[in-house]
Amino acid sequence: MDAPLRIGSVELRSRVILGTGKYASPEIMVKCHEASGTDMVTVAVRRVDLNDKSKASFLNWIDRSKLKILPNTAGCTTADDAIRAAHLGREALATNLVKLEVIGDERTLYPDLAELVAATKRLVKDGFVVMPYTSDDLVTALRLADAGAACVMPLGAPIGSGLGILNPTNIRIIIERVKVPVVVDAGVGTASDVAVAMELGADGVLLNTAVAGAKEPVAMATAVRHACEAGRLAYLAGRIPRKQVATPSSPMEGRIV
Amino acid sequence: MDVVINGQKRSLRDGMTLRDLVIELELEGKPIAVEVNREVVPKTRFAATALRDGDRLEVVSLVGGG
Repeated sequence: MDAPLRIGSVELRSRVILGTGKYASPEIMVKCHEASGTDMVTVAVRRVDLNDKSKASFLNWIDRSKLKILPNTAGCTTADDAIRAAHLGREALATNLVKLEVIGDERTLYPDLAELVAATKRLVKDGFVVMPYTSDDLVTALRLADAGAACVMPLGAPIGSGLGILNPTNIRIIIERVKVPVVVDAGVGTASDVAVAMELGADGVLLNTAVAGAKEPVAMATAVRHACEAGRLAYLAGRIPRKQVATPSSPMEGRIV
Repeated sequence: MDVVINGQKRSLRDGMTLRDLVIELELEGKPIAVEVNREVVPKTRFAATALRDGDRLEVVSLVGGG
């Protein structure tokens, strides 16, 4: 039995963290959350539409007795805006968790690393459990951990791209060197990408589009759960070393001649 | 008095508190957070927060996201 994943004060049995965006309907989203086995889902902080008379809260679709809610700072481009969004999310949800995003480039949605480190320092001081979305750069990951981040969340590929884990070496280097948990965030296109991340030794995977945008989202959520468990088990089992030449699996002695 | 809520100008009656406004917007008890002039106001302070002419408010909630 695998130990739960600890991020700050939070304990997660599932190593899948799932988003709540881009589903065809909230009903499908709920089914995907269940099928994935996730314990934690992300949400975004946005202005209330004052002209919308329905006033139905999106949060009604999330069973907070089963799922931890992780508000993000998506769309923020400066440390100041991300800090504001984090404080608003904390007040709205009564949680000190935050997925910290500070976007530095609109086309790639790559993070602004200097602003990210600055925002992490401030939010840790303000008592947050900070989970920063970062690039697959070791030095930034080390700086974030030094700044008090509860985990680091390097991207596998650009957000929503579905390109998978583009630089497994960088992810592995981060996993080997950083003392806090490493959650691969962004880039997953299908279940095998989750397995790759987990086999590298990632502590968890955060994804959204790969499930929400799949032809059969609930089936993909199920596949992601299995891939995460398979990848984690394979990592714990310890893979054989890679070799350039063949080694027979059957004994050479006793062959008929 | 005139205030700006989520970027939109809005006229409110003088003497209104933040709690009055939240009730008027039918957002009482909803998972929202409010900034007045860039400072988050805890829900416990809504009733004690008098709004003033020219205040800039952000009223936010949660939506689906990754």
